[in-house]
Amino acid sequence: MPTVRFTRNLQRHVSCPTEQVPARTLREALDAYFAGRELARDYVLDERGTLRKHMAAFINGRQIEDRRHLSDPLDDDAVIDIVQSLSGG
Amino acid sequence: MSTRCHVSTRKGLFTLERGSQGWEIARTSFLGDNVTLAMHDPRSGHLLAALNHGHFGVKLQRSTDGGATWHEVPAPKYPDKPEGYTPKTPVEGTPADWSLKLIWALAPGGPDEPGVIWCGTLPGGLFRSDDGGESWSLNRPLWDDPRREEWFGGGADHPGIHSVLVDPRDSRHVKVGVSCGGVWTTRDGGGSWEPTATGMRAEFMPPERQFEPNVQDPHMVAQCLANPDVLWVQHHNGIFKSEDGARSWAEITGVQPSTFGFAVAAHPRDAGTAWFVPAVKDETRYPAEGRVVVTRTRDGGRTFQTLSAGLPQHHAYDLVYRHALDVDDTGEVLAFGSTTGALWFSSDGGDSWQTAAAHLPPIYAVRFEQPH
Repeated sequence: MPTVRFTRNLQRHVSCPTEQVPARTLREALDAYFAGRELARDYVLDERGTLRKHMAAFINGRQIEDRRHLSDPLDDDAVIDIVQSLSGG
Repeated sequence: MSTRCHVSTRKGLFTLERGSQGWEIARTSFLGDNVTLAMHDPRSGHLLAALNHGHFGVKLQRSTDGGATWHEVPAPKYPDKPEGYTPKTPVEGTPADWSLKLIWALAPGGPDEPGVIWCGTLPGGLFRSDDGGESWSLNRPLWDDPRREEWFGGGADHPGIHSVLVDPRDSRHVKVGVSCGGVWTTRDGGGSWEPTATGMRAEFMPPERQFEPNVQDPHMVAQCLANPDVLWVQHHNGIFKSEDGARSWAEITGVQPSTFGFAVAAHPRDAGTAWFVPAVKDETRYPAEGRVVVTRTRDGGRTFQTLSAGLPQHHAYDLVYRHALDVDDTGEVLAFGSTTGALWFSSDGGDSWQTAAAHLPPIYAVRFEQPH
């Protein structure tokens, strides 16, 4: 199953431990991870479910292609990293 | 008389208490984080603090023990746009974004509606909570009014509601101040709204549109609690006053050193008294001649005093934002804080000032705890 990891900077505000989730796309992975974690979801995604402007997502070390729909596909052993983008200062 | 004051800054929330030595910092909360506004609810004693984490979005924290501990509550959320509906911003013509950018106003409802809290936001949504801030819903009548879509940003990229005034005579009678969108009033608890900014003047608009109510930029609206039909506005173009509950507004001119500024406070008992913190208009925004002063009228705006005792008068460039001036329930105790982290208190209606802190982070909001 793909693994989801979060920046330590986020952990200061809300707990987001590393977890494995069943998913074939980034969207499915984040939906699975954030199920029952609504407050944590709001730190990463906005009301539209879009990645916040100054957040970045990587799959196996490569920046994702589809920030809006999060349709980037996942291998079974994919590692997802959710970090803050330097563009936010 | 208020003995506690909450100061929201770029790097945390500072709570000051009045002791034998004057006002001193008694507690810090969220140190290092960007606290944009805090509200004390006089009905419950609870606190709400709005934070903007930048990367991670706008958040709300709530305390039920006077600020000793906090827990996060869901921030207001904008709804999905209707299918196929693609509104555009009126100035830039770009797609209008329906997502929370900033919490810009927090105001408790009336004493007869415990749990009700109003929340003004960027990009222009007014939210209401019926459970003390634990959950929020967008006021659809105002949001869905097509005239709302004409609102535009002043200093910010998005329009926003910065003032929410609940009439002490009738909790269903609420006014909101919008930059830029004037002043709007509901008399049925938010079921219907009308623009109420007739008489205001927007110099930044083409001549034929300068008096349109819906383009006005009131920076802050303040209301006399004892006589709620008397309202004061620090507007982008100057000072305006209403004596008829916002049905009409009159401009007050000639106030020295400037009629430009952001903040205004209304005396809670004396409808003739209000305070402003002037700055050089409007492109430069610093205290005239590097002197920090407060202007005060005690006769309904006919004359003003320039108050400077205890305030820096030499090369001081403190700007005071719209929520960073407040007056307590007696009308005698005032406080204001600046973008350069200075915080002053007065206990004599502004005649003299004492520096409570000189090196705080940039100050966004100063709010007294009003008595229960």
